[in-house]
Parts: sequence; structure tokens; C-alpha cells
Amino acid sequence: MPTFDFQGKAIEVDDDGYLVNLGDWVPDMAPALAAQDGMTLTDAHWEVINFLREYYAKYQIAPMIKILVKEIAKSMGPEKGNTKYLYELYPAGPAKQACRYAGLPKPTGCV
Amino acid sequence: MAKQMKPNEIISEIDYKKMPEGSWLDQPAEIKPGMFCWGAKAKSIKAVGFPNARDWNPSEEDWKLPENWQGTVLEAMKDRLGKYRSFKLFMDICVRCGACADKCHFYIGTGDPKNMPVMRAELMRSVYRKYFTTPGKMLGKLAGARELDIKVLKEWWSYFFQCTECRRCSVFCPYGIDQAEITMMGREFLNLLGLNIEWIMGPVANCHMKCNHLGLEPHTIVNNVEFMLDDIETVTGIRINPSFNRKGAEILFVTPSGDLFADPGTYTCMGYLMLFHELGLDYTWSTYASEGGNFGFFSSNEMGKRLNAKIYAEAKRLGVKYIIGGECGHMWRVLSQYMNTWNGPAADFLEVPKSPITGTVFENTRGTRAVHISEFTADLIKHGKLKLDPSRNDHLKVTFHDSCNTARGMGLLEEPRYVLKSVCNNFYEMPEHTIREKTFCCGSGSGLNAGEDIDLRMKGGLPRANAVKHVHDKHGVNLLANVCAIDRATLTTSMDYWVPGVKVAGLSELVANALVMKGEKERTTDLRGEPLPNKAGGDK
Ligand code: SF4
Ligand code: SF4
Repeated sequence: MPTFDFQGKAIEVDDDGYLVNLGDWVPDMAPALAAQDGMTLTDAHWEVINFLREYYAKYQIAPMIKILVKEIAKSMGPEKGNTKYLYELYPAGPAKQACRYAGLPKPTGCV
Repeated sequence: MAKQMKPNEIISEIDYKKMPEGSWLDQPAEIKPGMFCWGAKAKSIKAVGFPNARDWNPSEEDWKLPENWQGTVLEAMKDRLGKYRSFKLFMDICVRCGACADKCHFYIGTGDPKNMPVMRAELMRSVYRKYFTTPGKMLGKLAGARELDIKVLKEWWSYFFQCTECRRCSVFCPYGIDQAEITMMGREFLNLLGLNIEWIMGPVANCHMKCNHLGLEPHTIVNNVEFMLDDIETVTGIRINPSFNRKGAEILFVTPSGDLFADPGTYTCMGYLMLFHELGLDYTWSTYASEGGNFGFFSSNEMGKRLNAKIYAEAKRLGVKYIIGGECGHMWRVLSQYMNTWNGPAADFLEVPKSPITGTVFENTRGTRAVHISEFTADLIKHGKLKLDPSRNDHLKVTFHDSCNTARGMGLLEEPRYVLKSVCNNFYEMPEHTIREKTFCCGSGSGLNAGEDIDLRMKGGLPRANAVKHVHDKHGVNLLANVCAIDRATLTTSMDYWVPGVKVAGLSELVANALVMKGEKERTTDLRGEPLPNKAGGDK
């Protein structure tokens, strides 16, 4: 099983780098995961991560992209409520990349 | 993760003339990044009680196989040869005429001879000969027979997960040899050793525990649908109130969970909701039968049967008369070709579907008591029961992708086209040898639509994309319509890659765009919020 080194501890991740145990996640882990991709997290990135985690706690899955878009429009203004903006923040895809930093598993199936 | 190949790299790598050096029987398979899916995780295998649950990595040498794995496979092979006559027949009758050789999208997209259907079958036939035929036992290699060793096992794994079980090859074979059936057997044997892939076993485990591949909980399903209802209200001014898990409803509606979660399937889902509302249909959604698809079918017959049973158990519990099924591919292959001997016939507690609007009895569904949404919709249109304004789809130039499973697995060819032509003014067919029974696979079916095998997917998607490109260049086609949730997910990726500018949509989305609903406000956008042609702010 691959691992990710965090503050001297080996954290279990799956083959794509997603945390195996959701409980391992702490806020400091997100910037460390992002740094692996050469990214620095801004408040805007955190807006997405925080919403993903809140949503996950309630629904046990990442939100539909529509729901994420609407939420971002609500919190950051309508001009940012679109997938284009989310892809600017997370070039590898808001669902995939942001979920990984937020410590959530990625959805599987007909997606 | 390996860097994804570029389109020109894929094209320049294809060399149909290149042949392996030495005998193919000795060439080991290459487990190459971008070309394979991650191995199934221990927790997913454990969830359904399959053998040899452990975490493993296909690119590592040690696959952590159980002891006597060879005996397990040969034992199973013996059993299935006795049980399935088709399998026995397909092991015996190929005359190597080569008619199938260049018909597989994976061969066309990779140029790898082992992706010729006849060769894919030979991978198993060679082992069959060695242990189950006299010439093979006596003459070995001379008779094209070989032992089942670890090299062969890895080759099986590699190539049975480079086949989407699409059955295109079988259309061209003079004997009708169906490579999909051989691949299914191969996967079933591999499954006995815990050699499945996570992209299949994850959804299977989810469906087993939570009744759908994505693992959507009941309240999540309701929340997602409510969200779609908000969007429908924005577009049409109409508030819809569907029911969930309602006992005594006349009809149970079942669709793949992808439609309840991922774009562009969510627009297809909005289409179902709008159509059923307009008809005033007495139907219910179910959060238990919340998966039309069946990834179990991609792992073993037994698992396919277990997941399929859920739909009928729920139909019985709710006391519905029959089932309408949504736009899914393999759901219909399972229902049309497997369900009856697995869990059917469903005749004892369901009625033969009869449209409450037109009175049409769908006699063809006598065995399954489940009618396809396209058949149902085509019948409505034929009887003039829908008010349609196809000009609302005038910004679209549409072509239709027959999903392998509905086309070759159930013969659904005319109904979607009839519906499409009724709701769109601009429809163009792709070339004849790439549609209907001869349709090219999306390239990612049968559970291969993961992320890590993206190069394989784009290679396998090339023939379909190439045909789309043809009508895109010739007629300006900008929309690829289909009736399958895997298609909606995978063709979107494939179009962005091979034919940028072509979007992907389920048929029911286009129906709902054109559907003139009672009491609706004047529509200015389509379901995606894009401005309608000839409307204020539209026609861009
Ligand atoms: S079933 Fe489809 S993917 Fe498999 S060998 Fe035949 S054509 Fe290729
Ligand atoms: S077309 Fe049929 S008989 Fe001919 S090589 Fe292919 S599988 Fe064998």
C-alpha cells in the first residue's frame, strides 16, 4: 500500500493518492498534499475544500458538480459560480483534485 | 502517475504490420502504465465475500495469489465447460478465418495482435487444449496448447481487461463466436483468485451494501433529485413532485446511478422527471433499486445475478405492476439475455407492461416485465401523445451512438432513432459500418472507465471518435446522443480528446428540451441553461 509522508508519519493512500482512512485527515494535510502537485492553497481553494468536507459529512459522497457550483456562487459571488472557475482553481478537475486534498474518496461507477 | 499520451502519440504508435518476434505463445504481456486498471482492494473483495481479499498492485511482480491457484482455475474451467454449452462451443469451433481480426476497437486503436478477437480467444483456447483435449495433451505446443503458468495468467488478466465485452467481433464471425462470453469466463476465473479490478469491485461492493454503484445513500438521492427539480423549475416554471419508495405505485422506474450524480447524465435524469410529470404517470423512484447497471456482470455470473435480484425484490416489495428502465447499456443486456435464467421469469408477481397512456402492451418484455424508456417514449410519439417543438433543439446537429449493449444485446435500433428524429430537426447518421449492430464501442465499457487506464480508453475510443469526426467535419455535428450512462461519462472524455467541440447527451434530455409542457413558461434556455435558438439572447 502506498503512503504519504506527513509530519514524520506514513499516511496510507490508495494508488491514486487518495487517503485510505478519512479519519487521518487534518487541515494541515491539505496544503501538504497540494504541495506534491506544486500548488499553493489560497482562501478560494479552501472555500471548496471546506464545502466538500461539510457536504461529505452529511451525504457520504462528494457533491454533484452542479451543487458545488451553486454553493461557490453563493459564497463567492455569482461570477464565480461556474465550472470554468472551478477548473481554474483545480486544473485536474474540482471533483478529483479537490476531493484528494480534502481527504475524500473519489466517486466510482458510471462517472 | 504516468503522463497521459497525446492523440498524435497514440496514432503514430499504431503499426498494423508489426508482428511479434518468435512464437506468440511465449510473449509475456506487458503491464504498462496507462493501459491497466488498479487491482481490486481487499475491502471491496471482502464486502461481497469473494476469495483472496488483499491489496495488490498489478504492476508489481508478486500478485499475492492463493496456493494452488492453477488447480482452482482448471477446476472452474472444467465446471463451466460442463455448465455453459456456449463456452464449450466457442473453445472448439473457431476456424481462424480472420474475419474478426480487425473488427475490435482495441486492435484498431493499439495495433497489438493480441487484441484481435481471435487471438484474445486463443489465450484461453491454448490452455483449454492443454488440459481438456487429447491432441493438446499429447502434442502440446505443436497443437497450439500451453500450460497455465503465471505468465499466461498475467496475459489473461491483461487482455481480458482490454476487452469491453462489446460483441462487435461476433457480428462478423461466420460462426457467431462471441468473444465477450469468453472474456466473461476469463474474468470469472480471475475473480476466483482475487484478480479483479477496483473500478469494478468498488461499485459492486457499493451496490451490494448501498444498492447503487456510486454508494449514494437514500437521503443523498433525494437531495440530488430535488436539486434537479430546482433547475427544472428555473427552466420551465413548473415544480415537479416525484415520489420515492412509494408502495402501490403502478410503475417502478430504475436507472443507472450515474444519472443521479454525474453530468451530463443529470440532464438525462431531468428529462425522465419532466416526461413522467407531463404524462401524470403513476410511478415511483426507489432508493433501494437505485441502480439499473450491474457491474457484478463484469466480475462473475453469480455476482451479476445477486445484484440483478435487487430490482425485482424491490418491485415485489412495492407491489408495482411493472418496471420502466432508464437509459443504461448493460442493464438491458442483463435483462434481455441473462435475467430470465438468473432470477426470472418475473411473471409471478408483475404484469406485462402496458402503457397507461396509449394502451400499447409491450409483448416483447413478457420475460422481464421491464420496458425501455426509448420504447415507451417512441410509442407515445407514434400515438401523438406528446406535444413537441423540435426547433428548440435547432442549435444542435445530432448523431446517434448505438450503445453496444442495447444494439447487439437487445436489438434496440429503431426506437431511439425514431424519437431522435421527432425531437431534433438536424440528425445525421455516422457511416453504416459504425452504427446499429456494427456499432463501435465507446472504448471504456464493461467497467474499464477508470482514470488510470486512460491511454487504453482513448485508444479503444478511437474508432468511434473517428466516425464522429467524419460527421462533425462533413455536417458540423456538435452533439453525440446515446442511451447509456457509461457512454455519457466515457464519450464525453473521448470527444474532448479526439473531437473537441462535440458534446454528449442522453436521448431523454433532448426529448425534454422539445417537450411542450402544460402550464410552462416560455423557455429561453435548454436544460443546461444554454440560450435557445431564436430566443432573446439566443442563437449565438
Ligand atoms: S467483444 Fe469487443 S472488445 Fe472484446 S474482442 Fe470482441 S470486439 Fe474486441
Ligand atoms: S471470425 Fe470467428 S471463426 Fe473466424 S477467426 Fe474470428 S472467431 Fe474464429
